[in-house]
Amino acid sequence: MIRFEDVSVTYDGAVEPTVQGVDFEVPEGELVLLVGPSGVGKSTVLGAVSGLVPHFTGGTLRGRVTVAGRDTRTHKPRELADVVGTVGQDPLSHFVTDTVEDELAYGMESLGLAPAVMRRRVEETLDLLGLADLRDRPIATLSGGQQQRVAIGSVLTPHPRVLVLDEPTSALDPAAAEEVLAVLQRLVHDLGTTVLMAEHRLERVIQYADQVALLPSPGAAPTLGTPSEIMAVSPVYPPVVDLGRLADWSPLPLTVRDARRRAGALRERLTELVPKPRTPEPRTPQPRTPEPRTLQPRTLLPRTPRPTARRATVPQATAPASIEALAVRHGRVEALRRVDLTTAPGEIIALMGRNGAGKSTLLGTLVGLVAPAAGSVLVGGAVPHRTAPRDLVRRVGLVPQEPRDLLYADTVAAECAAADEDAAAEPGTCRALVSELLPDIGDDAHPRDLSEGQRLALALAVVLTARPPLLLLDEPTRGLDYAAKARLVTVLRGLAAEGHAIVLATHDVELAAELAHRVVVLADGEIVADGPTAEVVVASPSFAPQVTKVLAPQPWLTVTQVREALA
Amino acid sequence: MTRAPKAHRSNALPPGAWWIWALGLGTAASRTTNPLLLALLIAVAGYVVAARRTDAPWARSYTAFVKLGIAVLGIRLAFAVFLGSPIPGTHLLVTLPELPLPHWAQGIRVGGRVTAEGLLFALYDGLKLATLLICVGAANALANPARLLKSLPGALYEAGVAVVVALTFAPNLIADVQRLRAARRLRGRPDRGLRGLLHVGLPVLEGALERSVALAAAMDARGYGRTAEVAPAVRRTTTVLTLGGLLGVCAGTYGVLTAEGGTYGLPVLLAGVAAALGGLWLGGRRSVRTRYRPDVWGVRAWLVTGSGVAVAAGLIVSAAYDAASLSPGVVPLTAPALPLWPAAAILLGLLPAFVAPTPHSREPSTPKDPS
Repeated sequence: MIRFEDVSVTYDGAVEPTVQGVDFEVPEGELVLLVGPSGVGKSTVLGAVSGLVPHFTGGTLRGRVTVAGRDTRTHKPRELADVVGTVGQDPLSHFVTDTVEDELAYGMESLGLAPAVMRRRVEETLDLLGLADLRDRPIATLSGGQQQRVAIGSVLTPHPRVLVLDEPTSALDPAAAEEVLAVLQRLVHDLGTTVLMAEHRLERVIQYADQVALLPSPGAAPTLGTPSEIMAVSPVYPPVVDLGRLADWSPLPLTVRDARRRAGALRERLTELVPKPRTPEPRTPQPRTPEPRTLQPRTLLPRTPRPTARRATVPQATAPASIEALAVRHGRVEALRRVDLTTAPGEIIALMGRNGAGKSTLLGTLVGLVAPAAGSVLVGGAVPHRTAPRDLVRRVGLVPQEPRDLLYADTVAAECAAADEDAAAEPGTCRALVSELLPDIGDDAHPRDLSEGQRLALALAVVLTARPPLLLLDEPTRGLDYAAKARLVTVLRGLAAEGHAIVLATHDVELAAELAHRVVVLADGEIVADGPTAEVVVASPSFAPQVTKVLAPQPWLTVTQVREALA
Repeated sequence: MTRAPKAHRSNALPPGAWWIWALGLGTAASRTTNPLLLALLIAVAGYVVAARRTDAPWARSYTAFVKLGIAVLGIRLAFAVFLGSPIPGTHLLVTLPELPLPHWAQGIRVGGRVTAEGLLFALYDGLKLATLLICVGAANALANPARLLKSLPGALYEAGVAVVVALTFAPNLIADVQRLRAARRLRGRPDRGLRGLLHVGLPVLEGALERSVALAAAMDARGYGRTAEVAPAVRRTTTVLTLGGLLGVCAGTYGVLTAEGGTYGLPVLLAGVAAALGGLWLGGRRSVRTRYRPDVWGVRAWLVTGSGVAVAAGLIVSAAYDAASLSPGVVPLTAPALPLWPAAAILLGLLPAFVAPTPHSREPSTPKDPS
């Protein structure tokens, strides 16, 4: 269905080809997953299928790409529109019209399908993707998951034989991601659609793949194989595969179910052992209050104290952040209601909940971007939305969802100099932080040319220049590969050990399990769960990390824990 | 009569119907200076908007038009006070100090006598303009601009899409500015004031450019701009018709406007328009597009259109028979009376408030969460 014949792509101005030696075939009706670390050219390979590379991006494509027998050299993207449907990373830049129903019909209108056919397919697609209630809604008012589903629906309606998706689930909460993936699987199984998809969050998608194409490093030729073959050699792998490699299971399990079946022996070996806390427990400012450590082994301490017990030990004025009975309204919508949250120095809190639950709004109130309608917010004793920005950066720092928003300058060096000035820090403070976080960022690099991980590191360094006791991160792992994520985890742990309180809003359950002391789950603007990570995460089927699911009922959260316990 | 149904996509009134209704009201307003009739027109338009407006972003433009109308009225009155009025009046209200002007500026007056008659005349005149604006505002609030563009002929469709994209671009740009100004706060810089706005200018433009490139790629990949093969003869005919038609329109307009062209002007203009329309129609054959659920011009659409036309016709006829009651004199000062028949005709404009489908109950929109 899709055939790459010795394809290499060189962009204008680049010395080396971005990808080369791409030579494989995607058979009809299969779901093929494209995996690899960041920056190996996954998006380029995907773009070559729809013809956007090189017709739209420029550059030189050598070799031949054919889709359903059509050569992309002679067919422009618009002439492939009836066989290939493409959804890019950002659904918002995909929409042409303003309402859901018009968007679903747009592609078919361009192809000139008969009105009766269009009507039927729009109805079918609305049902298939669960969008029927949203049909008349303006797209701008939808949540991220809904927008992603509309974007997929909009390319499904012309019934393309090939679907190309670039990170379809990375912006979605676990439940919304499952919804989207279930739809894809249905398309592959029932309609015989061929799907080529790139995704960093392998734990979500690997089980759906028929084959996996691995791009191991930039410029290296891809290898194609069954998921378990590839996962045995891949530099990127989900936790369940990591566990399988650790326990020497063969063939490697790809799903939690496979792994559970083989986990009997491992579970037995682990019964006597207890998980070590992954992140050192935060220091409480008043050690004289005798308080049981909440993250000590669950087996020895079945009843954990209420989290309020710890809150009480931190006086409001000195706590990095304290929120009481907070309510926030956007127009007539109550975005947050009766939210109470207090952080202690050195504590890492993961804020979870579905898209639109109010996570970003909560972070926004902590930096004074959103004024509360009721209740109180204190950050280091100051009211954020009434504090001058210059003063506030020394109390709280936020790395926004799009780290690029924080960066203005042309070079990394200029950015760092500006950050030093903004924070009134010693010249060179920011640059030293950048080098600490990521040694290989050059001074002259343009922030726009950095990879996602590098950009995040730079934004983090800019924020940390002012040494805020409270650090907030909004969805930090979006677009990061496992290596970049591991580096981020190390960095954040180090910061917590130095006494920074950290709050991260995330959909990434593995990250939360690895890093957080405490998990706070928001739903519809209210806190529905607040407690130690192990408790909250284990109790929830959608927020449980893979290792927990495999080794339940034992309280293991991450592969690292298991590895350390067995060592 | 049964009550109007709930609005959904199939029974939504075509935007054209709303525009004809509103223009009918506007035409009626242009025929009278009777403040009672004008007030009645404003009330009719306002009632229909209140009854049938949706929650959509464009529906909020009505308030802006009302404000604009009030501003126009105010400006008209201010001019009458400060620059005087040609209306001779005997009821002196106040005498402003008059600015002595040189001889060559004869006929211009600044300051001086302000009479009740002059002020009243300005009020009537301003009210007429304000009513016109409010009628246009009503059409804007009731008709979806994107769907209006969808009714363009096939050959102009792609231009229409460009306009729609541009329309959605402005709100995105504003959102970008807000986001980046917020980000300035995170850097510890003031997020208000002009400097803050200037600083984010470049990143915002960069972002807008990137987004438009991404959108163009997405549109191309979804088949935008696919054309059907047409015979070379058809293509050539299209060009000839379009160009010839445009030339004809230009020449005809010139003929109509100059004194000598009285004989050939109108026929050439009509022929030009016909040729241009033919060119458009033929050009539409190159486009393979089809329309998804185009608006249906049903009974309700006819009723709405008809009510607008009836209002306009009623006032035009009344103006011919009874000009005095439609334009009440200001010299001597008299209280305007409400002429019965024109008022009844204006009330016909209320019909849409009963026959147009009712919009959905206003449900709160979900918050836009960027995560």
